[in-house]
Amino acid sequence: MATKPKTALATADDGSLIDINEELKLRMFRMQVELRESEQRAYDLFLQNLVKGTSHLSLGQEAVATGFAAAMEPGDLTFCTYRGHAHTLARGVPMERVLGELMGRDNGLLRGKGGSMHLTSVEHGVMGSYAIVGAHIPIACGAAWRAQYRGDKDISVCFFGDGTTNIGAFHEGLNFAAIWKLPVVFVCENNLYMEYTPIGDVTAVKDPAAGRASAYGLESIIIDGNDADVVYRTAKAAYDKARSGGGPSLIECLTYRYSGHSRADPAKYRPDGELDFWRGKRDPIRIYRERLLQAGVSESTLAEIEDVVRRRVDEATAICKAAPPPPAELLTTDVYADGGWAWRN
Amino acid sequence: MAELTYRDAVARGISQEMERDPDVVFLGEDIGKAGGVFKATVGLFDRFGPLRVRDTPISEQAILGAAMGAAMTGLKPIAEIMFSDFIAVCFDYLANQYSKSRYMTNGQVKCPLVVRTANGGGARFGAQHSQSVENWCMMIPGLKVVAPSTPLDVVGLLAASVRDPDPVIFLEHKSLYATKGEVPDGEIVDQLGVAKVVRPGADATILALALMVPRAVAAAEKLQAEHGVNCEVIDVRSLVPMDMQTMLGSVARTHRLFTVEENPRLCGWGAELVSIIADEAFYDLDGPPVRITTPHIPLPSTDILEDRAMPSVDRIAETVRRSLGS
Amino acid sequence: MEVLMPQLGETVTEGKITVWFKSVGDAISPGDNLFEIETDKVSMEVPATSGGVLKEIRVRQGEVAPVSAVVAVIADGAVGGEAPLHAKPRPASLDAYNEVHTPSRNFGPARLANGAQVSPLARRLAAEAGVDLANVKGSGPHGRIHAKDVKAAGTVKTPASVPMPAATATPVPDAPFERVPLDAMRRTIARRLVEAKQTVPHFYLSADVNIDSLLNMRERANDELSAKLSINDFIIKAYALALQRVPAANAVWGEDAILRFRHSDVGVAVAIDGGLLTPVLRKAETKSLSTISAEMKDLATRARERKLLPQEYQGGAGTISNLGMYGVREFSAIINPPQSTILAVGAGQRRPVEAPNGGIGFATLMTVTLSCDHRVVDGALGAQLLAAFKAVMENPIVLFL
Repeated sequence: MATKPKTALATADDGSLIDINEELKLRMFRMQVELRESEQRAYDLFLQNLVKGTSHLSLGQEAVATGFAAAMEPGDLTFCTYRGHAHTLARGVPMERVLGELMGRDNGLLRGKGGSMHLTSVEHGVMGSYAIVGAHIPIACGAAWRAQYRGDKDISVCFFGDGTTNIGAFHEGLNFAAIWKLPVVFVCENNLYMEYTPIGDVTAVKDPAAGRASAYGLESIIIDGNDADVVYRTAKAAYDKARSGGGPSLIECLTYRYSGHSRADPAKYRPDGELDFWRGKRDPIRIYRERLLQAGVSESTLAEIEDVVRRRVDEATAICKAAPPPPAELLTTDVYADGGWAWRN
Repeated sequence: MAELTYRDAVARGISQEMERDPDVVFLGEDIGKAGGVFKATVGLFDRFGPLRVRDTPISEQAILGAAMGAAMTGLKPIAEIMFSDFIAVCFDYLANQYSKSRYMTNGQVKCPLVVRTANGGGARFGAQHSQSVENWCMMIPGLKVVAPSTPLDVVGLLAASVRDPDPVIFLEHKSLYATKGEVPDGEIVDQLGVAKVVRPGADATILALALMVPRAVAAAEKLQAEHGVNCEVIDVRSLVPMDMQTMLGSVARTHRLFTVEENPRLCGWGAELVSIIADEAFYDLDGPPVRITTPHIPLPSTDILEDRAMPSVDRIAETVRRSLGS
Repeated sequence: MEVLMPQLGETVTEGKITVWFKSVGDAISPGDNLFEIETDKVSMEVPATSGGVLKEIRVRQGEVAPVSAVVAVIADGAVGGEAPLHAKPRPASLDAYNEVHTPSRNFGPARLANGAQVSPLARRLAAEAGVDLANVKGSGPHGRIHAKDVKAAGTVKTPASVPMPAATATPVPDAPFERVPLDAMRRTIARRLVEAKQTVPHFYLSADVNIDSLLNMRERANDELSAKLSINDFIIKAYALALQRVPAANAVWGEDAILRFRHSDVGVAVAIDGGLLTPVLRKAETKSLSTISAEMKDLATRARERKLLPQEYQGGAGTISNLGMYGVREFSAIINPPQSTILAVGAGQRRPVEAPNGGIGFATLMTVTLSCDHRVVDGALGAQLLAAFKAVMENPIVLFL
């Protein structure tokens, strides 16, 4: 039995579409361009062997991170996966802190101790990128429980991929949030592939997230994840619901990732033409750009934004290239709250 | 001063901390309305209400994960995992999340929480409900591991664990729940990382934990009475942080070392302590260090078989006597 | 826990506590210096091996107690009536690669040449007490030696200790001055050398030693070696051989007998910060120059770090003191009791000598002065010893045989 998924909760209470003014639109455009350009730069730096280890790029998924972040209040909390560069940048973390962390430099967000998969900036509300699939879902529930317990007004937003919907912690977390009516919003970025396997091959229902919502008494929601305005409106409505005590939401966003699952993955498992299709007509930045032009924003305005972003990326890159590696003392700091690592006297 | 059972001491400790700090919250399965399957948390629901004492579904991952999210954002949660064997079901949070988050995030993320769980055998619950898993925990960098043996230590160490800004796993022993001990009135706060010499002696040092502490003491009394051998028994209490100085100081005086461990043989907690002591105090040892453990088998459920497996007073005394005599 | 009077040196049976560094009630951490003790041979600071609070001092400053007596009690949290003390776990200064502090001293093999096994504790106790394990009977299976066997191995009778000379009132100088407090080593040096000068009948013999051949040989030897030999290494071995050639001089005064040693254990004076120590090179006559050189480097380093064990600066019949590197041409040294000789070595200098053809030539000469204890070494014997030394030094091939 499959309930037909609803499309975007895109309306404000009085039925009219939630307004997105031009300033916000330009901000969201710029954010998507930043996410695209810096992620592309991360890939280039990897080819130059300046980014080591692994990283998981979100090229193509910019609209999801942008829309959900733009709709948040400053105190709201982001929990994301190891594919978290975009979510981290979208909350306002400076580019060089992210690139620096990928490059293992001392100026990195975590001073090189966490790496790409663990980007965290408590200051910006980025409460961690989590490398164990699904682990952060109950954690986000806990943060939301705290808000509920204390009467705080912030909400927790938990991002994960389609593959996550099959892991135990997803199910425990969703149930938990539903029964306690926690102020948490669960966002599934369905980019059609678990890691190397098409999600449909490994999931009992057609819609990995939306198809499970009813199991937890939640509304089934699937939206176009590559349309930042749709994402924004959906996010806002879900946040308002959570903030007002209406409980959690589960939102499935259809999107696509241009690169492989991770570095090691050339993504040869994709059928011919699929990548070109999504990169062409379905590219979120192309979609948004055209919409802005149609709404009367000038080409030169957009081009200038793109220029500024590219210069910012270059500047951030230069800062990181000049930054030293972390000092040796950092090896043993911050295992415990006292800043040290002593397990014995 | 009152005589409390170990299980009442649990409720007393949690209660003390919840009274003191409104940020201390408690969640777990059947811990609220039912007072816990071991009746160790009776009265807390009535006293602190359903917002602070929350019954959860059977969702160990959600329990531990939610505890972390709450701790990261300002609360001081106590999470119960009903049987310590079940930490295998939610081990990710202990091994990967609580213990590593501060380090990986360069100090940004904090996890001031306590996981309480009923550990150990002797209750005839069989192989999957009787294990001693402190050794699974002590091997994880970043996690603190505590195992009290008396009601007084339950209160004091639980309070210390709640107040500790690091994640602590607090292993109560299910076969000790009915035991009694003196607990003074008023606030009690102990310290992690401090071992206690519960029986001073000169001829050998015996390190023990939880249920094995009273057994080691009884064995030492037997050895004194029957063979004139005077053993020093140390209740380790805290595996991480570890009070090596007390243990090294003891071996420097007695020159012989024994451990009594409820873990199965391989990689029990004593293996590490013996290794450290045999290294640092090599030239204090007059004979080989000997570990007395459960054999490397799952625990059987029948009483006579389980009793044969776990170190008994007689087996402890006999092993020490034979080793010292040779 | 009880703090015991340690045994410093194999002949020591008691010690005097000269200074208490801690008071009753002080918190003690393992490694803190508790007190300083003085035996008839040496002064040493004694650290705590466990932590807690200093509960009781039983032997006070200035008092003497036998070895193993309880001098103090540290309350370390053992349950027993009073509130348990909670030593705050020290944030250990752990080295990331050395989380466990392996002992730095090796106290010898687990199995002796005669096949007996020795427990680690027994090995350490034997080394610290200067007991030769070969002479210990093991009570364990197959003769395994345990601590109690070492303790039962008894100690040599102490020679009567020399009474301390009465202290004279210290005159306060008129001129501006700075007061430098005395440390244990300075006090010991002062006491022992006053004792030597007051009780040992010194006489002095000097000779000039031609070291040209030796210098030449040293140069050729060092061409073959990565660890270079010093002149002092040669001197040490030469003196060792001389003592073998004149065995009556390889002896010490033993109150009611003269004790002649079989081996040449040669003391070597090493200047250290604030004073001097004389580590002893054992059986020097059996060792190659390279071995002597390496051992000297080690002993000198550890002497400077004040890490010598008692048995490393006790014993021997004679010492070498070399001030040649400071340009001193000639000097005479004070004997270290209970030894019977000390050889003071000056700088090698080019001096005019009579050439074989009757004219004037130059040779490198080194003036050495032998101080002798007349109770053990008479004039003729001392002269023989000096001549033997000179002969070896001037025919250095002997050092390589």
